[in-house]
Amino acid sequence: MLDTALLRDVSLVCLASGVVGVSFGAIAVAGGLPVWVPVVMSLVVYAGSAQFSTVGVLLAGGGPFAAAATGLLLNTRTAAFSLAVADVLGRGRVSRFVGAHLVTDETVAFALAQPDPARRRAAFWVSGLGLFAVWNVCVLGGALAGSALGDTGTYGLDAAFPAVLAALVLPALRDDAGVRRAAVLGAVVALAVTPSVPAGVPVLLALTGLFALALSRRPV
Amino acid sequence: MSATVAAILVLAVGTYAFRLVGPVLHGRVELPARLQELLAAGAVVLLVALLATGALTEGGAFAGWARPVGVLVGGVLAWRRAPFLVVVLGAAATTAGLRAVGVA
Repeated sequence: MLDTALLRDVSLVCLASGVVGVSFGAIAVAGGLPVWVPVVMSLVVYAGSAQFSTVGVLLAGGGPFAAAATGLLLNTRTAAFSLAVADVLGRGRVSRFVGAHLVTDETVAFALAQPDPARRRAAFWVSGLGLFAVWNVCVLGGALAGSALGDTGTYGLDAAFPAVLAALVLPALRDDAGVRRAAVLGAVVALAVTPSVPAGVPVLLALTGLFALALSRRPV
Repeated sequence: MSATVAAILVLAVGTYAFRLVGPVLHGRVELPARLQELLAAGAVVLLVALLATGALTEGGAFAGWARPVGVLVGGVLAWRRAPFLVVVLGAAATTAGLRAVGVA
């Protein structure tokens, strides 16, 4: 069911996530938050970009309301993702309720990159459980290490995540010209509005790219 | 500190509610095939938008050249069907290399 290539890819993304997790824990504690804040947040929120921006707003003195609102806005996309992978999670109550918590950019991309339902399910659960474990252990490690770590930007990791997404969405883009047009249009819209709207909104506005698809597929 | 606890709780509950939308609706509402197709395409559109904004912007402004050039190298490697490891390491190494020689 699970080929070694998939396991290798998942391990690599786990490793990269782990380094980002360490830096998240370290940044939060170095900024003056107690160790439990990044650790508990990672367990119960479990969304990298939302956690970074929430802690960023808290540390900048933006207040807890603005911090939570920023994080929530960034996470609205997970509603669309959970719809896209709903049939991948499994039918049982437990697998649906546990699986929902594991819906992230990476697990959805891994699942959708697989050719058939059985492999999609396996990819979702392996990447989901692996990333959850690695992320939380590494955030704890980073929080305990604090500011002893240097700047992770030196290692170029900020380029690794967009590249991971590129590798995972390429099969879908290669196969379907309609999806390709929608994705390019959406990305252009997202980039155009980024300077002028709050974080999280650009990606949502990218969904307007779907109009291109809806128009091109309208039955005549 | 209780305000921080409240912020974390609100964020956690709200995020989980977003994530439950799919599993809760699944099996209860029969989605037309066309809508399902649109949802799958929507996920790809979201991921590509994340890719583009993540590669080019940081805090609402241009992220500098080192990151997008690294992502571009990764993207070209992926397009040429290079192994995943090569894609990721190629992107990170390019960006790290550019920064080491002073390109932000």
